[in-house]
Amino acid sequence: MTARRVLYVSGVLVLCAWVLVPIYLIALGGLGGRLGVFRWPKEFLPTGASVDAMLTFLQIEGVWNAAKNSVIAAGLTMVFSVVLGAPAGYALARFAFRGQDAYRLLVLLTRAFPLAILALPLTVTFIRVGLYDTPLGVALVHTALALPFAVLVSASLFMGIPREYEEAAWVFGCSGPGAFLRIVLPLALPGLAATCIFAFVISWNEVFAASLLTVRERTLTAYLLAVLAESPPHFRYAGGLLLVVPSVVFIFAVRKYLFSLWGITNR
Amino acid sequence: MPARSPYLPYLLIAPSILFLAVFFLWPFAQTVVMAFTVDGQTSTGNFARMAADLNFWPAMGNTFALVIVVVPLQVALALTMAVMIQKMTTGRDIVLWIWTIPLGISDLAAGLAWLAILSNNGYFNTVLFHLGIISGPTGWLSYETPLTLFFAVVVAEVWRATALVFVILVAGLQLIPKEYAEAAEVFGASPWQRFRHVTLPLLKPSLQSALILRTVLAFEVFAVAYALGGRNIPILVGEAYTWMNANQNTGVAAAYAGVVLLVSLASTIVWLRVIRVRREHLP
Amino acid sequence: MRTNLRRLLPAALLGGAAMLAGGGAIAQDTVFLSTQLRPVEEATKMRQIILRDAPGRVTYVVDEPAPMTTRMQAELQGGSRTVSVVGAAHGELLPLMDFDGLEPVGDLAARLADRGIPAPLMESAKLGKDAPRYIPWMQATYIMVADKRALAHLPAGADVNALTYAQLAQWGRNLQERTGRRLIGFPGGPTGLMNRFFQGFLYPSYTGGLVTTFRSAEAEAMWADFKALWATVNPSSTSYNFMQEPLMGEEVWVAFDHVARVIEALRTAPDRFVTFPAPAGPKGRGYMAVVAGLGIVKGAPNRAGAEALIEYMTRPATQVRVAAEFGFFPVVKAQLPADLAPGVKLAAEGVDKTQTARDALVSLLPIGLGARGGEFNKVFIDTFTRIVIRNEPIRAVLDAEAQNLRAIMTATNAPCWAPDPASTGACPVN
Repeated sequence: MTARRVLYVSGVLVLCAWVLVPIYLIALGGLGGRLGVFRWPKEFLPTGASVDAMLTFLQIEGVWNAAKNSVIAAGLTMVFSVVLGAPAGYALARFAFRGQDAYRLLVLLTRAFPLAILALPLTVTFIRVGLYDTPLGVALVHTALALPFAVLVSASLFMGIPREYEEAAWVFGCSGPGAFLRIVLPLALPGLAATCIFAFVISWNEVFAASLLTVRERTLTAYLLAVLAESPPHFRYAGGLLLVVPSVVFIFAVRKYLFSLWGITNR
Repeated sequence: MPARSPYLPYLLIAPSILFLAVFFLWPFAQTVVMAFTVDGQTSTGNFARMAADLNFWPAMGNTFALVIVVVPLQVALALTMAVMIQKMTTGRDIVLWIWTIPLGISDLAAGLAWLAILSNNGYFNTVLFHLGIISGPTGWLSYETPLTLFFAVVVAEVWRATALVFVILVAGLQLIPKEYAEAAEVFGASPWQRFRHVTLPLLKPSLQSALILRTVLAFEVFAVAYALGGRNIPILVGEAYTWMNANQNTGVAAAYAGVVLLVSLASTIVWLRVIRVRREHLP
Repeated sequence: MRTNLRRLLPAALLGGAAMLAGGGAIAQDTVFLSTQLRPVEEATKMRQIILRDAPGRVTYVVDEPAPMTTRMQAELQGGSRTVSVVGAAHGELLPLMDFDGLEPVGDLAARLADRGIPAPLMESAKLGKDAPRYIPWMQATYIMVADKRALAHLPAGADVNALTYAQLAQWGRNLQERTGRRLIGFPGGPTGLMNRFFQGFLYPSYTGGLVTTFRSAEAEAMWADFKALWATVNPSSTSYNFMQEPLMGEEVWVAFDHVARVIEALRTAPDRFVTFPAPAGPKGRGYMAVVAGLGIVKGAPNRAGAEALIEYMTRPATQVRVAAEFGFFPVVKAQLPADLAPGVKLAAEGVDKTQTARDALVSLLPIGLGARGGEFNKVFIDTFTRIVIRNEPIRAVLDAEAQNLRAIMTATNAPCWAPDPASTGACPVN
């Protein structure tokens, strides 16, 4: 029994290390300076770590603009996907209506296609209508990426909130929308918040569509893809670190909701 | 339930349908049109050009090989992790957080992290060096070592994207009533038998979701392979990107996009067939 | 909301920049879009060192060549003009004339006559029109860099400054035999400039041409030689984008690259390296001249600022500073100071030896290919990949790729550029 226990605990620890060690190492690379990249054999402790590369990086013109574009695009994606997705999710959860199957299929299909590829034809149209090279244009494509997700997740969220609560509210004289606003929404809010943050992360990390749809107003990932290809390695690692840190914080912020996100309360 | 307008559900889904029509169905049709247009005329020239390109078949092979190797590995690993977390009593929150961190990490950053580890004078080689296996910096990512390069991409992908499968499976596991497993235990089923005959069948809907999602996303791998192998390991989506950006040829890029769309659709159909789930169980 | 955002964002950005500049309404920005000095560190130095003393407020933005063309075209057609000055290589400025995107700068050229820009450079700056369309800005080329330790292994009788491709191959073999490592490197990564090596160095040296001689018998022999040479080249070469890192990291001892992409290695360890011209082949010592120019965009929002900026950039003092920082050398008459940093001096020597070699055979960046420039590069990289990496038969590959090349030349109707002999109409693939 104890042998199994040891095996189990060490398994958990190994898997934790499996996740954390690469993050630690990219941080070492990003903080190791230009010559640290060539050091052989490598040190596993931060000897002579300097934040120079990171600082230079943060001072480069374009990084802040790109970060700002990323925030704008991700923020818009978040808003769009919840505003469009949550009502649809509610409809799927609460109503039996004709065409429901077809709609489910449409959503499932969107999820089954690599949507980033569709940025190709959109580029042409966006140039024509002036959405090319704007965070808004990027956000619209990213919303198409995040929307199916938002629909299905919010559907399972609303399904998890007992219909009886709402009916009770009607009994006490609330109107349909009133019951929704006062009873259902507060209950669904944490889950919806998590959906938001996921939409945010999807947009923040997406690189293919963002690279195609922007030239100057790049998002951070698109900017990094373009700039880092021509940069020395320690800059690339610093840029990688710059991308990882927000992700770690995001996930920390939503860790409670991660599983309710899939329609299940987590104790 | 009070009578509500029969149009309400349609009203609720209308915005998203409209949006998907504009940003999904329409560009989808456009991709098809672009792929079949050369210099303003309808033609299969782009597909001929694509198929004749030196990178097309390697990209096809690499992409399929990646999907076939990566997806099962991820599902197996995620299942193991999900079962482990089920049993956990102390530190569950922190372990959950750590295991789901990669969920938020972009493929670009993941590629860079693994580049730092696997490059010629990287950390992996340092470990091998200290173990006395190699005598100096050794290349694993060049065109001369396609196999190690391929497995480097596999490892990076497993690291980056297992968390998604893990989250879906944990959520699925929590849906399964404890009574089933308890009943099986009463009848003397071993832990493995319980897992195999009770848990796994009930996990089907989640498994299906996870497999569809992961397979489709695996066909889209791009930044990881690009960061690790550059043009040493051609990938379908990467080729589409190159044709669009470096070669400035949207027709061939759209042809590549078309191929990716087709294989993704095919894989979805395969999963829907192979793992049959009653519709009510879908997430 | 959509339209609002769309209008507000660019306006806010530019407005913000202008605000910072003068705190008032008068200060007007000169937006300087460049395809040169693009990498992070170079662009930062450009902003913080070179442009700090420029007259007026200058916003320096960079872009890759193809998107730059798209962007300029979009600005001209869309009417929202932000860019006043474009800085790009000669061959990258040429496609802008497809939509007449550059103002004639004859007046400015006359005012700058005392700067001593060589007449041939001014002549090619006319881009086929009557008046010059850009002012030459800086020049560079590609050089070879070697770790001094490698010199001991030079083949007998070889002069490092007058190397032939046969000697380079032998050198590589010597290095491999004596160190057990493959120590020659080329920038063959996805954003490396190896395509320029084929276009401006290898092909001219062996065949005396590029497009016209693409599938000639000389080219066949050339690829056979290069394939043999490749056996001693570090296999990571297909991942190197810049050679300065592998040189600094001692992964390679002998490397070929654009001078701006090795300068950091020379600067960091000037005592460790020597610079010398690329090898010669049967037809001479091919090298590619890179000339960048500064053009004023048609209907520039700030014409006065643009002219002041170009005047500033062509001052001898500015040109010397650019040379010292980036390894791009003056086009005007300017004496490089004796106290030049040793690394930059090394780079300057390499460039000088390349340009003044007895058997030098100059070639230009591709001209007139526009958006097909990418596919043009692809022809050479693909030919290399198929012959050298995938071991396909040379003749068959050359014939197959010649078709792709011919299709590009026909579609763009681009006439030949040096060293191919002038052509009427599209440059023929013989």
